[in-house]
Parts: sequence; C-alpha cells; structure tokens
Amino acid sequence: MVAASQRLWRASPLTYLALIFAVLLSIYPFYYMIVIGTRSLDAINSVPPPVTPGGAFRDNFARVLDNDAANFLTGLRNSLIVSTVVTVSVMFTSTLAGFTFAKLRFTGRNILLLAVVVTMMVPTQLNIIPLWGMMQDFGWHDTLYAVTVPFLTTAFGVVMMRQYAIQAVPDELIEAARVDGCHTLRTYWHVVLPALRPAAGVLGLLTFMETWNLFLWPYAVLTPENPTLQVSLAFLSYAYYTDYSQVFVATVVGTLPLLFVFILFGRQIIAGIMEGAIKS
Amino acid sequence: MSLPATSAPPLSPPSTGRPPSRRRRADRLARLDLRYSPYLYIAPFFIIFGIFGLYPMARTAWMSLHDWNLVGEHTFIGLDNYVALLSDEYFWNAVVNTFGIFLLATIPQLLAALFLANLLNRTRLRGLTFWRMAIFVPNVTSVAAVGIVFAMLFQRDFGLVNWLLGLLGIDAIDWSAHRWSSWTAIALMVDWRWTGYNTLILLAGMQAIPRVLYEAAAIDGASQWRQFWRITLPQLTPTFAFVVIISTIGGLQLFTEPLIFGNGRVRGGSQREFQTLAMYMYEKGIENLTTAGYGAAIAWAIFLLILVASAVNFLLIRRTAK
Repeated sequence: MVAASQRLWRASPLTYLALIFAVLLSIYPFYYMIVIGTRSLDAINSVPPPVTPGGAFRDNFARVLDNDAANFLTGLRNSLIVSTVVTVSVMFTSTLAGFTFAKLRFTGRNILLLAVVVTMMVPTQLNIIPLWGMMQDFGWHDTLYAVTVPFLTTAFGVVMMRQYAIQAVPDELIEAARVDGCHTLRTYWHVVLPALRPAAGVLGLLTFMETWNLFLWPYAVLTPENPTLQVSLAFLSYAYYTDYSQVFVATVVGTLPLLFVFILFGRQIIAGIMEGAIKS
Repeated sequence: MSLPATSAPPLSPPSTGRPPSRRRRADRLARLDLRYSPYLYIAPFFIIFGIFGLYPMARTAWMSLHDWNLVGEHTFIGLDNYVALLSDEYFWNAVVNTFGIFLLATIPQLLAALFLANLLNRTRLRGLTFWRMAIFVPNVTSVAAVGIVFAMLFQRDFGLVNWLLGLLGIDAIDWSAHRWSSWTAIALMVDWRWTGYNTLILLAGMQAIPRVLYEAAAIDGASQWRQFWRITLPQLTPTFAFVVIISTIGGLQLFTEPLIFGNGRVRGGSQREFQTLAMYMYEKGIENLTTAGYGAAIAWAIFLLILVASAVNFLLIRRTAK
C-alpha cells in the first residue's frame, strides 16, 4: 500500500517559513503606511528609517481635514454613497437578469446571453473619451451621477448570478410557484432571491470593493472640488507630496473601510473568487 | 445556506375557487407575464450597457475617423489618425513602455503565484484561511494608495529601498529618472497588488485536479517533483491561460500606478520614460480635448493590441502544454 502522504508535498517547517515571508511582504506596506501616517514629518529623514508607529495621528489627520485642496471628507462621503448605490443596484439587476437567463424561457435567450458575455470583454478605456463628452452634454460633469449611473449593472454580475441560479434554484420550485399562480416577479422575490442570497452577497462585496477603488474614470470626470476618495487621495499626494505624514494618514483612513469589510467577509470573498475561477 | 422552500411565504391561493371569467383573465395575464416579462427583467442591463457601453464604443470608432475637438468642431479625415499613429514616436514609446512593464511585472508574478499556490496546496497545512487572506489582502487596497506608498518607498533621498541598497553599498538610485528603474518600481507595485489574486486562482485550479491522478502516479513510484511536472502543470493549463489573459488585459491598460508614481503627470517622466498607452490616450483624448479624435484612435489601438496579445498568449500556452 502507498501512504496518502506520498501524494504531492506535505506541509513542512520550510513551507511555513516561506509563507511567513510572503505574508510579511504583503502586510508590510500597510504597516509602513501606519508608521509614516502616525509620525511627525521629520521622522522621514531619520536614519535608520522609523519602524514603529508614533503618536502624531491626530495632528496629521487634523491637517488633512483642514486641507481645502483635497476635500478628503467629501471624498469619503461620496465614495460611500457611490459604492453603496452601485452595489445595491448591481445585486438587484444581476439577480433578476441572472434568474431570467437561467430559469425563464424566451425567444432569443441564447443570443442575448452571448451578447452579455461578449460585453465583458469591452475595456472601459475604449469608452472614456466619448463618455467624457456625453457627461458634458448631460450636465453630469463633476457630479456623482457621472460615476454612478454607468456602473449600475455589470455583465460579470449577470453571468455570475446565472451560473449560480442554474444549480441553486431547482426547476420544480419555480414550476410549483407558477402553478400556484405566482407572478414571475413574485417568484423572483420570494423563491429565487432567498436561494441566491449567498452568491449575491459575494457579488455585492466584490462590487463594493471594485467601485470603491475605481480610479481612471472618476479621475477623468470629477474635480478636487467634489472627488471620490481615490481622486481626493491622488490630488492630495500631488499637491502635498512633501508632507508625507498628511498624505499617508489620509491613505490609512481611506483604506480602513475596505480592510474592515475584508476582515469581516474575507472568507466569503476568497471562496467566491476561487469558485468563479473554476467555473469560467 | 437557507432552504428556499421554507423561507417563501404562503403563495396565493389556488385559482380553482375563482369565477370562470376572472380565471380566464388571470390565465391570460400569466401567459403575457411568461412571454414578455423576461425581456423586462434583462432590460436594465441592456439599457445601461447600450447607453454607457455600446454607444460610446461605436462613437470612439467614429471619432477616430475625425479631427475631433471634444468641445468644438470636427471634420472627417478617414484613416489619417491611424496613419499618423504608425509614425508617432510617442505612441511607439508608449507601446514599448507598456509591454516592457507588462513583461517585467507578469513573468515574476506568475512564477511567484505558482510557487505560493503550490505551498498553499500542500497536505496538512494549518491555518489555510489565514494564509489565503493575508496573501490576498493587497488586492483589497486601492491603486491610489498603492501608488502613494510605493512612490514613497522608492523615493530618492529617504525612501526605504534606497536605504536598504545603501546598506549593501549601492548608491542611491533616482528611480523615476531612468527607464529601467521606473519600470522596475511600477512592476513591483503591480506585483504587490496582483500576486495574491493570481495565487488564489491557481490554487483553485490545483484543487480541482482529481486526486486519483496523484495516487496512481504515487503507485507507479513517481517522485513528487515528477508529479508536479507531469500532473499539476499540464492539468493547470486552462487555469493558467485564464490568469495570463486576465493579466494581459489588465497589464495593457496600466494607468494609475505610473500616473501616481510620476506625481500625476500624464507624460510619465521628463522623457516619457514610463508613459503607458493608457496614459498617452489620456493625454491626447482627455487632457487635450482638441485632439480627442487622435485619442480615440489610440483607444482602438489599445483594444486591438489587447486582442492580439491575448490570442498570442493563449496559443503559446496551448502549444507549450502539448
């Protein structure tokens, strides 16, 4: 007999050593952010460089808040609004369309689904120049509409929810609801949505993180007067690139919301990403 | 996971009790519902995509055939923009920079991801969730934050990287002043953010490989290295192709990291040492609204390059796998 341990490698102390090294590399920039953000400015020039956090967080952050050039708090508020609205909308439209593609029969279903899949391959960069002009025409320049409305649905969400609905919602259940006289929208709300909840949750988390981190388009269409958080950070770093403490403390505060979400739901997010990779 | 059947409230009463005429109407409504509401449910996606995806895409193509001022006049000039592109040294400079940074970032990144995924795939590894999360966490950070932190790490006078090099007796490097050094710094930013993501995808692929294959190989006396080369890698080909294509699409659109590294200057260094294609498009199409038509031509050129590069990579992987 061959022992199970013959199968590939077993974890050894060396495995852990290599993993610890990798984790240190991935955590270090966060830690460095905190160190610089909580120290006074002159700490930067000290040799050797500082390795522990200091006590100047409040001082540094007060400078961020006083800074009219970056409108940090407006950016934070705008990012919360935009990310929340986009997330709720993507979850709703994706589950509805995903359920429709998975469980309802209608003429042209396959070709329309193919159209959705093809749209996933269109990069945003191909669109931004005319989109910029359209925003001028709509009067949406430098408003939150410009960074919200174009993102209210995603092809990725529709495809992901369809994949999940195929296996998570038994046909018999839909059929039973229909025989009982349930309107398709009622079926969606009372039967399909509860069954899709776990996957819709993962989609929501991924959408929130992605929207929070959007850069190129908000950067093109917003100004420092009314920025999202990322745009505000960028302008802060250009204008105050000598005041590292200020820029870094803003970066720390701007990163915290997502880190918080990730620590709470990281397990689900990772499971979602790994499952998605296998299915595609 | 909740059971759908139990969480559904009582459905509407069976229709048998209704008067015949009302029942006929209900039937007709139900038929209409089944027939037409699917279109209603998928409409939001197609409307939004039509307005903010398909229309701008077509318009980009149309604009690229014009001398187009985004806030003024435009005249049709046929393919002149594309012809000009072919002899535009800044365009080719951006092509070289983009592919250079892409290769410099992607090759080490995929090797590191393969190595890490193989570590995480070992039997009897403790704390799997912790390791996965800790390796993936850079991907959660915004690009702007990554750019800011790494610009500081690579700062000439008091950046940590130069300090470490100083310990080894190497003189301070002005990272943003040379082509190779700026490429390296930018590639490291990309790697820091994306290695964990690619690790997870490759790990998912490894875990999907049927275990019987390894057991059969072990019975035949194949060593662990041999199993890795003969089973893991070939079985991983589809996942690897996915990772490479995702990296290609992202890599050829690189914008934020070099922009913030260059302190917001879209030209990317005084001699355009690290101006990527996306930055060049931004320079021509958004920063200078009068040359929007030319910017649109660059946008289509980027898209075509992505298609070609993805196809080439895909074929390469397929051939190596055989």
